[in-house]
Parts: sequence; structure tokens; C-alpha cells
Amino acid sequence: MKILKLFLIIFFIFPNNSLKADNEVIKNKITKNLRCLICQGQSVYDSDSEFANSLKIVVDNKINEGLSEKEIYTYFQSKYGDWILYDPSFNKNTYFLWLLPLLIFFLGGAIIFYKFLKKQK
Amino acid sequence: MKNKLLPIFITFIFVIVFAIFYKGLKETNIYTPETKTNYEVPSLLVELFDTNEIVNTLEIFNSDKFYLLNIWASWCVPCKQEHPILMELKKNDNLNLIGINYKDTKKNGNNFLKEFGNPYDKIIFDNKGTNAIELGAYGVPETFLISKNRIIKKYIGPLNNVSMEEIKLFIK
Repeated sequence: MKILKLFLIIFFIFPNNSLKADNEVIKNKITKNLRCLICQGQSVYDSDSEFANSLKIVVDNKINEGLSEKEIYTYFQSKYGDWILYDPSFNKNTYFLWLLPLLIFFLGGAIIFYKFLKKQK
Repeated sequence: MKNKLLPIFITFIFVIVFAIFYKGLKETNIYTPETKTNYEVPSLLVELFDTNEIVNTLEIFNSDKFYLLNIWASWCVPCKQEHPILMELKKNDNLNLIGINYKDTKKNGNNFLKEFGNPYDKIIFDNKGTNAIELGAYGVPETFLISKNRIIKKYIGPLNNVSMEEIKLFIK
């Protein structure tokens, strides 16, 4: 009987714990990617301001409601704009930011390739 | 060929760098939140301060009147500063004042209202600060002007005479 009790306790506690741990990992990941808008250069995860603490609770609630990581980012983006995300999305305001490194990379590659061809000739 | 390509390349890079820095110089590096907004009031279950009743926000902002949603707390010093303006705005028949008591206790909140007066028609009790976040607020004090279930203007920080006149113009 004791073994059965022990088994039941382990059976009911373990899955919940791992689920909670998973949620905690996702929560930390999300809050690290959200900017604390009222702090100077801090993420929501790092900050202990009233704003950040409330936001952490809302993130927790949204995870429990079953929202995915991406849906949570979209949710906060709709409330506070692109600035809340550390990783800005690709849109008309940010395409230059995303494409410039690629452009420079290909331009540099083209120059090297051109020089290489010239040297071979 | 090499002599021709190099100046063109340098000029191209220079123009790009100049354009980026010129654009960057004109923009402020201090983050300023957007105050002109137009989004729907989210449907939230909230607790009322006086009755502990749980209601949906859509039931609160349901009439054709204008609503002024003010986030306040007894521990917030600028809230005391803007309180006379709220008392003044209360006199407008076309405006309903809704308060959100932010991260406060009911006892302290009630003492605050007893001392400075209660301008609010209804008060939402938000002791965790989550309702304010769901509404897109940054902190206290903050005020939203709501019309037809849409947030049309945000006032971040305490209200002043200029914002009071602006609100009066909106609700005319």
C-alpha cells in the first residue's frame, strides 16, 4: 500500500513539475526578448520595475492560456509597437536594417571575386 | 577600369553612410511612446474596487459617451498633482470617468479618495498591474480617452491644463 501511495504521489507530482519548469524556461526566454520600456537598456527579465513585474505576470498568464511564443510577441507588439521587441520584425521600417548587412556581404564578395578573376587572368 | 570603379564605389559607400547618419541625427534617441492611438479596448475580466464584482471591460465602456480611463495609485505622487484636473473634468456630463487603482491596497486607495475627492464613476481594482499592461499602459499616472470602445488618445504622465483643454475639445 505504501508503495502504491508513493507511486501515486510521484505520478501526480512529476508531470506537473516538468510542465512548470518548461513554462518557466519559455517565460524567461520571452521576457529576455522583451524590452522594459521604462528602463534604460534593460530587458523585462532583468528589470525589477513595476512595469516589468506586471509584464512578467501577463506573460505567465498568456503561456497558461496556451499562446505560443510568437503569439505572445505579436500580442505585446500590438500593444506597445515594435520597440518592445529586441528582435525587430521584417517590415517597411526595418527592411533596410535587415538587408544592409547582406548587401555589404554580397558587395564584398563581388569585389573579392572580381579581384580573384583579374589575378587569374 | 580599376581607377574608374574605385571612386564610384567609395562615393556609393559614402552616400549610404551619410544618409544613415543624417536620418539618425534627425531622430531623437530617447524613446517616446506613441500617444496617438486608435485601437479597441480589449475584452478583460476585471474586479470592481467598491463591490468586488467581476465584470467585463466591454460592459463598462458600452454607452455612446466619452470615457476617460485614468490609472492611479495612492502611492503615486504625480497622481495627487493631476487630481484637481480630474475633479474638474468630472463636471462634464458627456464624460464618464473610470479609474484603475494600480498596484495598491483598497484601504490606501479609499483614504486617498477620502482626502482628495472621488472623481470616478467606476473604479477597477488592479493590484497586480496586469489590467494596465493589457490596456497598453506604461505606469502611473496614465490616462486614456475612449470613444465607441476605441482608445483614441493616451496621456502618459499627469494631466495638466493643456491636456484638460484638449480633452474638453474632444468631447464637445
